[in-house]
Amino acid sequence: MEGLAIPLNHVLIVALLLFITGLAGLMFRRNVIFMLMALEVMLNSAGLAFVAAGTAWQQADGQVIFMLILAVAAAEVSVGLGLVLQIQRRFRTLDMDQAKRLNS
Amino acid sequence: MELILFYIASTVAVLATVFALTRSNAAHALIYLIVSLLAVAVIFFLLGAPFAAALEVVIYAGAIMVLFVFVIMMLNLGQEGDARERQRMHPAVWIGPSILSAVLLIEMLLVIAKLDGLHSGALIGPKQVGLTLFGPYVLAVEIASMLLLAGLVGAYHVGRRFRVTEPSEQPPQNGGAS
Repeated sequence: MEGLAIPLNHVLIVALLLFITGLAGLMFRRNVIFMLMALEVMLNSAGLAFVAAGTAWQQADGQVIFMLILAVAAAEVSVGLGLVLQIQRRFRTLDMDQAKRLNS
Repeated sequence: MELILFYIASTVAVLATVFALTRSNAAHALIYLIVSLLAVAVIFFLLGAPFAAALEVVIYAGAIMVLFVFVIMMLNLGQEGDARERQRMHPAVWIGPSILSAVLLIEMLLVIAKLDGLHSGALIGPKQVGLTLFGPYVLAVEIASMLLLAGLVGAYHVGRRFRVTEPSEQPPQNGGAS
């Protein structure tokens, strides 16, 4: 940890800012595409925290977990975008408040 | 030196993310989101994780964002597409992402100019990551492959074109034996 030129605290603060931005976007936006983008931002900030911690302790585990997060994000976004297409076909809108009934 | 580059890159990342999530047009937001992911990739490189930085660019800013672009293109069919395309050429649309990514480009040129000096202390290369990934974490790799398979099947199932039935205008006559 002595050789780390960038303090771990600062990287974690950046990750926290990104996560808060994504969380606020997820809560305040009602367009489903923007909600998926906010989810991507949140997953990305979690990956940033993992990589920063892995670098601080000079272990490769952080990058390994980042790759697993990448796989999770890819699977999530593919299913999510399929759902976006279905919502657009059924409700003719992307507003999530219009699509709150699961079986309509 | 790398501390200054880190602060600039993280400022770009946070600004681009805030801009991305406050746009009203999804395509403009997507451009800002790509800039944000590239800035996070620069942060990864400065932290001494070049393999994670490459994966961030290739998979996040490449593959996943291309999925978003395809879906937005599929949704935006209509007559107003031409007017929107003309409006997309307006400088006010692309000047913000251009400035932010130009900052990242300058950082990248600086890093390339001093090739192996600019990362913080511990460089964890692809070899170490690969040894860890297929050593203690090989079970996680299998689980991730099953997750990706489930995602593939789920995306195929969800994304296929259902037959749209309007329940209000025509009740089913065949007793619902579908």
